[in-house]
Amino acid sequence: MGKLKVSIRGLELKNPVMTASGTFGYGEEFADFFDLSRLGGFVVKGTTLNHREGNPYPRMVETPSGMLNAVGLQNHGVDYFINNIYPRIKHIDTQIVVNVSGSTVADYVAVCEKLNDVENVNAVEINISCPNVKQGGMAFGTTCTGAETVVSAVRAAYHKTIIVKLSPNVTDITEIAKAVEAVGADAVSLTNTFLGMAINVETRKPYLSTITGGLSGACIRPIAVRMVWQTAHAVNIPVIGLGGIMNGRDAIEFLLAGASAIQVGTANFIDPTVTIKIIEYINDYMLRHNIDDVNDLIGGML
Amino acid sequence: MKKYVKNFKVVDNIRMGDLYGLLKLAPIDGIMPDMLPGQFVQVYINCRDTYLRRPISINFVDKLRNELWILVRDAGKGTHHLLQVQRGDILNLVLPLGKGFSIKQGGKILLVGGGVGVAPLLLLGKILKEQGCLVSYLIGAKSKEDLLLIDEFAKYGVLYLSTEDGSMGEKGFVTQNKILQSDFDLIQCCGPLPMMKAVAKIARERHIDCEVSLENMMACGIGACLCCVEDTVSAGNVCVCKNGPVFNTNDLKWEN
Repeated sequence: MGKLKVSIRGLELKNPVMTASGTFGYGEEFADFFDLSRLGGFVVKGTTLNHREGNPYPRMVETPSGMLNAVGLQNHGVDYFINNIYPRIKHIDTQIVVNVSGSTVADYVAVCEKLNDVENVNAVEINISCPNVKQGGMAFGTTCTGAETVVSAVRAAYHKTIIVKLSPNVTDITEIAKAVEAVGADAVSLTNTFLGMAINVETRKPYLSTITGGLSGACIRPIAVRMVWQTAHAVNIPVIGLGGIMNGRDAIEFLLAGASAIQVGTANFIDPTVTIKIIEYINDYMLRHNIDDVNDLIGGML
Repeated sequence: MKKYVKNFKVVDNIRMGDLYGLLKLAPIDGIMPDMLPGQFVQVYINCRDTYLRRPISINFVDKLRNELWILVRDAGKGTHHLLQVQRGDILNLVLPLGKGFSIKQGGKILLVGGGVGVAPLLLLGKILKEQGCLVSYLIGAKSKEDLLLIDEFAKYGVLYLSTEDGSMGEKGFVTQNKILQSDFDLIQCCGPLPMMKAVAKIARERHIDCEVSLENMMACGIGACLCCVEDTVSAGNVCVCKNGPVFNTNDLKWEN
């Protein structure tokens, strides 16, 4: 077995396979299917300062090789997470990352301050890229100034690893990546969902209650791979790649493009055990290609 | 209740008219998971026009033959493709999912089904009968051809039928059927949303407890994506796939 360990600036992952926020609940939903400690890490559902009901139903529609969602950060708030959910998952021997979202800079800071003392959460993923909320969310992630403002404030308040999840809904994602690197982000993860829309032509109504939503799934993969490749060349901090990874081959593609780790999202809905298959595929791939250390694959496109 | 990702072999695909099929499935490893009436499975459909799994109700578990039955209506690309499976084909299922109907220990129960919505009421009727309940079925459909598995239902309860065109049973909607004027301890219902809302209204007026099975659009089926939410009195937005699909109508914010 080759070496699968990777490091995201101090956040040690036993392998490069993580799960993406909003697609893996709090891990527990998948505990029947496989041993969660086999994962490099998992990113829990987007967490805000206060309880959020999310958007009205309907919130999803299937699209060619993908889906649109408009969940809108439904969650019980950070205190509920710390007091009620964290105690149930803290024993899992993997990296638990909390995805943090907010409507104001102060919201992000308040959530991160509370997470500082949560022992087995060694990183936050700052979500400045949610396309499904009216205030905050993607608004912070589509300008360099907005992204810098959030990340520098969080950097001053949070003492562990900060991953910044970037929006693909920008002209040049590398500019945003460089901006957050400059103010202390430890890593960037990309991409979040692409803003999309679908209309039921029989009823002439939009499928989603919010009209627009976030597109995910295999259909976005080539765009995400391109953005990861561009960003990996533009910054010196690690890049975590995601966007339409359906299997081990796709995961390797992101590593070759320059991702130090990958996140699996929508594929979890189709095969709840897909992450384990991806870890096994990476191991087999390394054997097949005589690669001893997965780090040798990162940015290894020839 | 433990969930599994499991391969099943198609033992039979019994077509019923142009629109429906009853798939009888046997677990490849021989081990049938425990399941309850009202729970569902997520079927992987190996077809380039679909991406996500399709949620389908558990129709029946034939313990003797070790078969799981699912009743499928051709309602779109996914179910159309699913109905093409042949004996011997393999289907990958995630199961059992959600919380099913409550199981009363005795009493008079009316099970109301419309169209393909009758599916979960077969296993439910069997279990209720075993628990000593007196089961009545009120089954409605557009026409005689859409009344499915009538002989099977008759094994577990007294049948009352309604068809919109009057080709079998009483003419009209199930809500107009005279049996709804009788006394019951509980009504359990699955069918089109307007039908379930109308049945819930009658139940409320007559002070009878009522459970319905919802089929909101869903992706994961296990409470991870939060797409299939229903607004409830007790807890706000909850996942139909995990907290349902069966709800007591007192907990739903249905108007009137």
